[in-house]
Amino acid sequence: MGRITLEGVAKRFGDVEVIPPLNLDIEDGEFVVFVGPSGCGKSTLLRLIAGLEDVSDGRILIDGSDATPLSPARRGLAMVFQSYALYPHMSVRKNIAFPMRMAGIDETEQKRRIDNAAKALNLTDYLDRRPGQLSGGQRQRVAIGRAIVREPSAFLFDEPLSNLDAALRVGMRLEISELHNRLKTTMIYVTHDQVEAMTMADKIVVLHAGRIEQVGSPLELYRNPRNVFVAGFIGSPRMNLFTGAAAAEYGAETIGVRPEHIGVSAENGKWKGRIGVSEHLGSDTFFYVEDTGLAEAVTVRADGEVALRHGDTVWLTPAEDKIHRFDANGDRI
Amino acid sequence: MATKASKTAARLMISPAVILLLMWMIVPLAMTVYFSLLRYNLLMPGMESWAGFENYQYFFSDPAFTSALVNTLLLVGGVLFVSVVGGVLIALLLDQDFWGQGIVRLLVLAPFFVMPTVSALVWKNMFMNPVNGIFAWLFKSVGLQPFDFLTAAPLMSIIGIVSWQWLPFASLILLTAMQSLDSEQLEAAEMDGAPPLKRFWFIILPHLSRAITVVILIETIFLLSVFAEILVTTNGGPGTATTNLTFLVYVQSLLQFDVGLGSAGGVVAIILANIVAIFLMRMIGKNLDA
Amino acid sequence: MARAITPRRKAITTVIAWTIGLLIFFPIFWTVLTSFKTEAEAVATPPRFLMFDWTLENYATVQERSNYFRHFWNSVVISLGSTVIGLIIAIPAAWAMAFVPGKRTKDVLMWMLSTKMLPPVGVLVPLYLLFRDTGLLDTRTGLVIVLTLINLPIIIWMLYTYFREIPGEILEAARMDGATLRSEILYVLTPMAVPGIASTLLLNVILAWNEAFWTLNLTAANAAPLTAFIASYSSPEGLFYAKLSAASTMAIAPILILGWFSQKQLVRGLTFGAVK
Repeated sequence: MGRITLEGVAKRFGDVEVIPPLNLDIEDGEFVVFVGPSGCGKSTLLRLIAGLEDVSDGRILIDGSDATPLSPARRGLAMVFQSYALYPHMSVRKNIAFPMRMAGIDETEQKRRIDNAAKALNLTDYLDRRPGQLSGGQRQRVAIGRAIVREPSAFLFDEPLSNLDAALRVGMRLEISELHNRLKTTMIYVTHDQVEAMTMADKIVVLHAGRIEQVGSPLELYRNPRNVFVAGFIGSPRMNLFTGAAAAEYGAETIGVRPEHIGVSAENGKWKGRIGVSEHLGSDTFFYVEDTGLAEAVTVRADGEVALRHGDTVWLTPAEDKIHRFDANGDRI
Repeated sequence: MATKASKTAARLMISPAVILLLMWMIVPLAMTVYFSLLRYNLLMPGMESWAGFENYQYFFSDPAFTSALVNTLLLVGGVLFVSVVGGVLIALLLDQDFWGQGIVRLLVLAPFFVMPTVSALVWKNMFMNPVNGIFAWLFKSVGLQPFDFLTAAPLMSIIGIVSWQWLPFASLILLTAMQSLDSEQLEAAEMDGAPPLKRFWFIILPHLSRAITVVILIETIFLLSVFAEILVTTNGGPGTATTNLTFLVYVQSLLQFDVGLGSAGGVVAIILANIVAIFLMRMIGKNLDA
Repeated sequence: MARAITPRRKAITTVIAWTIGLLIFFPIFWTVLTSFKTEAEAVATPPRFLMFDWTLENYATVQERSNYFRHFWNSVVISLGSTVIGLIIAIPAAWAMAFVPGKRTKDVLMWMLSTKMLPPVGVLVPLYLLFRDTGLLDTRTGLVIVLTLINLPIIIWMLYTYFREIPGEILEAARMDGATLRSEILYVLTPMAVPGIASTLLLNVILAWNEAFWTLNLTAANAAPLTAFIASYSSPEGLFYAKLSAASTMAIAPILILGWFSQKQLVRGLTFGAVK
């Protein structure tokens, strides 16, 4: 079981309020991603749940009972750190065994769990090496192994993939998702990368300046961003945001259209512009259309084989039903 | 970044060190200041009386004070000059690629580990002695009169001995600093057309400036207190030719038993050292943030 | 380095570097050499380099006449004792400051350092009187106390710079893994801190071994360590080059060897982490 409830949880460092009081429910077995730009308080929030920081206000309930006064060790959670935080003087085997040794689990059980974890994480051949002799991806797996063997009620991940190179990151992303499917244990995952959030999460919590901007499934956030911040943060490439006359036409202060919801044509359309940079990815092409009078450059996603080139005049047409409207406060209308 | 319980534990763990150092700092310091205001001689016990600033007046008007101050400055300045200039040159040399780098580094570093009394005696007897010393033999073998270093140029000789002890320190630290210089910076400068001397002046020296400052400040702290070298070579003489502030206070308090006067000298030494210390602390304090 | 250095240049550098290295080292080499000569050969002109009758009698004489090993033992007790006591006080303090830094940690550290700036001569008089009145003068205990206190700031600083390099996340990981404070210190912190503690120990033994202000002023015959013992050779009747050399060699050899081992740690220790 791993149901985690935050009730009015707040954190202040001295006079600075890093996290204003917030409420959040995390259901058992859910994969929850805290996402936001750096400095938004997502890591602090995770550390509050872990017990590595004291809350200034509010309560943290784990499976319905108050865990606020408990030490990190007694909350039954496991954490994977950004730097992996492996013990450099211990072999992989000893690293993974450490939490069980602390819990006083007997040797045969320890061995069984280590072997299982090593098999699941492809670490069997490396058990007797030191962390210093492993690659980044292997260290990452050791850190995960160390978390698994505790059989925690929830896993906490603090930007676990940010020290890996791009190719490895995609692989580990899949592995962590598979792990979740297999274990069905609650996972709370912190990242600044919205792609990780979109691909892995059951539920995304978008944080900004310590506040929760929106909570929802990836598609909910994609379809119905509650405000300009979420609209701009979720989705890649970013949503185009226009103000002024173009927005007023729709009775809004700001309107947003995703690149994939703008049609591009060489003959006719709603907005006229000129192609600046274009990125041909094969499957897709992204055009950065200039001189539209709407914004510096409008991002448009088109088919991979569209034959338009730098300097060509084009016409853009938004899909009317996919236009997001926001009021003067930035909230969705 | 921590919880309340660990903060309390932390305070408990720091306090023994803090309390000890606080006592170490306050008790003798207060006593020195107090004694410096007394007429107090160990040869006349029970005759202590309030003197006000009389001791300071005596201390400052004593001709030995002026010469001690000058000697202290010459000693500190001389050794600093030799060790910093020599240290930069040696560091440049050892940073090159040559056979036996590790061994030469150990050879250069060695004098730093020689205790002051040993180095002073070895230099005094086996090198600078006008009859049996190596220098005397060298002078004679090229047809010169042997030179009596410690009588004819006592302060210079002591500067030489102390420099020998501190040159390794400067060299090692400057070498370490030099090795942290990104070689791409030098390559960029070379691409920009800077000849070796200009590369040294515009790239290497600025890179070393921080290490040089640290060397100067730390050596100054130790050099203000040079004592053993003087004690075993010249005993402050001839006259007061090699008496520095530290040695003067030693003579007044432990040889002439004038506690009041010695304490006044101690207070002056503390004030001088503090002026240096303030600069040093700033340097190191900046590093703490980095 | 991408470019090959010409062999000619390397050869020239080698010659210059070795010449300078040997010149700087020469006094030590000469002392060791002289310690194996007879007194007559020690003062011979021209100086004898390797062609002399090697003898060990100076070493025997030094021990016989002045009980060398008592002073040696004093040095060991004083330098090791002050360092170990210093470490016992400093380890918890440095640990706390490195891992649980508060708002005033930096100030406390700087203040500790400032006590090191206190010139010894400034407190010579009161300390001498305190020692005289408490019977600590010329005792090893007295010197251990003084050397512990004067080196405590350096010990704390060195340990602090080492501990600070242990990533805080590892300690948090241990806490998440269920380690109590005791097992955190025992299984995680100590093994990672041992190298730093060892080099701190080494450097401070060296500093204490060579300390020559307090050891000269606060000891007479009983507790005199080697610094003070060697100083007694400065009086004219002690002027025997070969014996002085033998005594000196024995006084510097152990610390020279220790020092060579600790040269890397030396830099950061003596610059309080300002140069690494």
